[in-house]
Amino acid sequence: MSSLDKKPKSRHATFSRRTLLLSGGMTAVFGVLSGRLYQLQIENGDLYLNRAEDNRINQRLLAPRRGRILDRFGVALASNRRNYRVLLVPERTRGGVVATLDALAKVIPINERLRAKALKDAATNKSFVPLVVAENLSWDDFARLNLDLPYLPGIQPDVGDTRDYPYTEELSHVLGYVAPVAVEDKSSAQDSAGEDQLLEVPGVRIGKRGIEKTYDIAIRGGAGASRVEVNAYGRVIRELDRNGGKPGRDVHLTIDRELQSLIYERLKDDSASCAVMDVESGDVLALVSTPGFDPNAFNVGLSPDQWNDLTLSDHKPLINKALSGAYPPGSTFKTVTALAALDAGVITPDTILHCSGVVSLGSHDFHCWKTGGHGAMNLRLGIKNSCDCYFYQVAMKLGIDGLQAAARRLGLGQATGIEIPGERSGFIPDRYWKQATFKEPWQPGETLVAGIGQGYILATPLQLCVLAARIASGMQVNPRIVHSLGTQKLERAAPEAIGFSPEALAAVREGLKAATTEPGGTGYPWRITDGQMAMAGKTGTAQVRVITKEERLHGVRSNESLPWTLRDHALFIAYAPIDKPRYACSVIIEHGAVNAHPQVQVARDALLLAQQRDILGRPSAYPVDSADAAL
Amino acid sequence: MNVRAYYAAQGMVPLGQKLGEIKWSLAILIALIACAGFAVLYSAAGGSLSPWAERQMFRFMIGFFILVGVACVDLRVWMALAYPAYGFSLLLLVAVEIAGRVGLGAQRWIELGPLQLQPSELMKIALVLALSRYLHGLAPGEVSRPFRLIVPLIMIAVPAVLVLMQPNLGTATLLAVGGALLLFLAGLSWYWIASTVAAIAVAVPSAWEFLLHDYQKQRVLTFLHPDSDALGAGWNITQAKIALGSGGLFGKGFLMGTQSRLNFLPEKETDFVLPIIGEEFGFFGTMLLFLLFAAVIWYGIQIAMTARSQFGRLLAMGVTVNFFLYIMINALMVMGLIPVVGIPMPLISYGGTAMMTVMFGFGLLMSVHVHRHITVPRHSSGMI
Repeated sequence: MSSLDKKPKSRHATFSRRTLLLSGGMTAVFGVLSGRLYQLQIENGDLYLNRAEDNRINQRLLAPRRGRILDRFGVALASNRRNYRVLLVPERTRGGVVATLDALAKVIPINERLRAKALKDAATNKSFVPLVVAENLSWDDFARLNLDLPYLPGIQPDVGDTRDYPYTEELSHVLGYVAPVAVEDKSSAQDSAGEDQLLEVPGVRIGKRGIEKTYDIAIRGGAGASRVEVNAYGRVIRELDRNGGKPGRDVHLTIDRELQSLIYERLKDDSASCAVMDVESGDVLALVSTPGFDPNAFNVGLSPDQWNDLTLSDHKPLINKALSGAYPPGSTFKTVTALAALDAGVITPDTILHCSGVVSLGSHDFHCWKTGGHGAMNLRLGIKNSCDCYFYQVAMKLGIDGLQAAARRLGLGQATGIEIPGERSGFIPDRYWKQATFKEPWQPGETLVAGIGQGYILATPLQLCVLAARIASGMQVNPRIVHSLGTQKLERAAPEAIGFSPEALAAVREGLKAATTEPGGTGYPWRITDGQMAMAGKTGTAQVRVITKEERLHGVRSNESLPWTLRDHALFIAYAPIDKPRYACSVIIEHGAVNAHPQVQVARDALLLAQQRDILGRPSAYPVDSADAAL
Repeated sequence: MNVRAYYAAQGMVPLGQKLGEIKWSLAILIALIACAGFAVLYSAAGGSLSPWAERQMFRFMIGFFILVGVACVDLRVWMALAYPAYGFSLLLLVAVEIAGRVGLGAQRWIELGPLQLQPSELMKIALVLALSRYLHGLAPGEVSRPFRLIVPLIMIAVPAVLVLMQPNLGTATLLAVGGALLLFLAGLSWYWIASTVAAIAVAVPSAWEFLLHDYQKQRVLTFLHPDSDALGAGWNITQAKIALGSGGLFGKGFLMGTQSRLNFLPEKETDFVLPIIGEEFGFFGTMLLFLLFAAVIWYGIQIAMTARSQFGRLLAMGVTVNFFLYIMINALMVMGLIPVVGIPMPLISYGGTAMMTVMFGFGLLMSVHVHRHITVPRHSSGMI
């Protein structure tokens, strides 16, 4: 190279040569630039296009309208109410968030808690993000706010949806309630049906109890989405498209709201429960548990005081006693003992057994409720008078094995499968359970106690209602409370015969009729006097305390004289009308065994109203049924 | 030799004729590129002439008059002004440096009445002028002699270091590389070239250690690992690449670039103007712009090759090479091939001083062309 330089050459020639070299270099650089451009725009163009779209497009999930819950006549039991809200957009305020909140507080009530929350939200969000300052405003407040809007820059009135339960406590246990999504809801949704985007919608509420929970997936519908274009700072420029989502489906219940209200009204001051069902279809017309709670409060959010009131009350308002309360069925269980014995052939309806007021077995005495006894009893009189001694002797003849088998056939000891979560199965004891649990064989005395529905036996009010329905219809009916989802009718198999002989069933029904229609029957004073609608039924008393020998000697204390928690539970099962049964009913009032027999009165009024509404001929309002009729 | 040719050789040509000698095809080419710039600035403002496009148009108009004016001034006048211009620019650079030390932080501007002057931009022209003049005076091969070479090296190094201290790595690089290439064109021996390359290889690590500011180091590191800080310093590169890449073959269409319209693209009206073109006009549009640039450079080379004076040749190539380096550094930067150094895209990016410098440079290039027949003796010091 240096040899080139030594040779004196014209500067022009050198310049030209070097310029050419440099041109080559520049061309190479342009080649590199073009290659890079090709790589970015052609080879990876799609990749970068996607990333540009990701940059600019934000997907915002939208909650669809939650489906309503309707009663059998189409009355909305759970619906969506307009939620009047106030939003605040910090960047549009004049004089800042604090000044605007001060001005707002002169128009609508803004307490310290709301104020603190708004200030905190304002501090943590970008200034164009709307904050919810207050929710669930009254119409008056909202109207006033709209009037003053010109003087409140940055304030936006807004109307959203919120769940509304117009019948509050009456249906709280059937419907359940909705509440914000908890972390565990999301994980369980992932476990079962894959991730539901709806759960990601801010402020969305899902069903937490009752029908709201069981049919939550159908009721909640599918999340919609709004795709918006945002700029680099996250401000929404415009909406690109919107998909409203799939609206939730309505749930049509078999409940008759008026019947439900009547029963709730009668029982609301007690800790009680009641079920009314159709003896053939199993449709539940009323399912009451008192006291109830206000499901609307759960939607808005409970205060600690409200929560304490609900959880600490000895009446236990949060428990759905109709399904989750398990009680000794007491004398109502004598219907089971009677059917089992007739079926086993150990007695006939005419078998006479003597009641002296006490039955002795080994060293134990088993007392009848009537001191001195009832004398000679056949089946009809045994049921009518609810004679304990008669059923001790029947049970002794029958044995526990026949008794527990019949009890299971009648629906006891197992969950009914009603579509509401939290149902308990009750309990029917047997030899194997006794041996396994207590390492002792079954004692004959325990059979006697079981024969009158005491001891280990437990049943829920709904199970007792099923028991009454099965006796009335002779069919293996099961309760159901949901008739259809949207326009889809939920079909179910027709019930099979229960398998007891018609004669046996007739004999037991005869006894139940006598108990409520003949003078001296345990339910006679509170009978339905209209013969067309008369009911047949069986009272029951479940003992909560042990009656000592001493007390029995000096006379058993009346329930009225005892503290509330020591009084016996009052039970009643019934069906009506007697000749062609339509409705079955069960009532349990905790610690409610008083002479006035309020449980029988409630059942009477419930069955009466159910039949009256039937006779009024109100057509069922299920949309599917009317559609079927049109076809 | 007729009279006209004689006068031409003496540079004594009437003004009207000089205007006729201007290479109007090159001027139109330059105006075309500037128009592309107006369109992009219009788009960057969301389809509005304000705030950028209208002011850029006004500046270009002034710049165009400067171009024509500079082109009509005799080359020997520019030669005579070369050293004073260099000295003046150096003075301003030092003044800015002192003002910067006294004032607050980085200082690149000097206020001259209503004018804001960026001495580093001025120096780009002044250095090319001064180097061309100095190298013009050297005999063939003389440039490689150490005592001859030391002068231009100092002429390059002093302003480059001053600008680096501002700190403005991009312009410093431009000055150093532009100057070095002029030495190369003037016939610097390969021995020196090889030595310099070797020296740079040694110097870069120590420069990293002692010369670069933290934010400059950060830029380099971010460049090497853009994903390490995708929302912070890597944001610029990442978003520029997304904008370019998402344009695809034909782009999203004029005014349809989401990256620029929604402000994902930072400094979109200045350094990051090329990604807007890439996004809205795609590979096709960007390559078209590159071709226009290449054509301008091609013209520059032609003018340099046909000039009869060494001063004219070096001046023409100096201007052309500077123009090329602007484009190269800016394009490499926005495509993520070199760190972000803050060099605008000439004729396109919004900015007054850069526009004036570039147009002044093209004026000198035109002047070389207009006065291409002039021969200047090696020992001449120009003519006022």
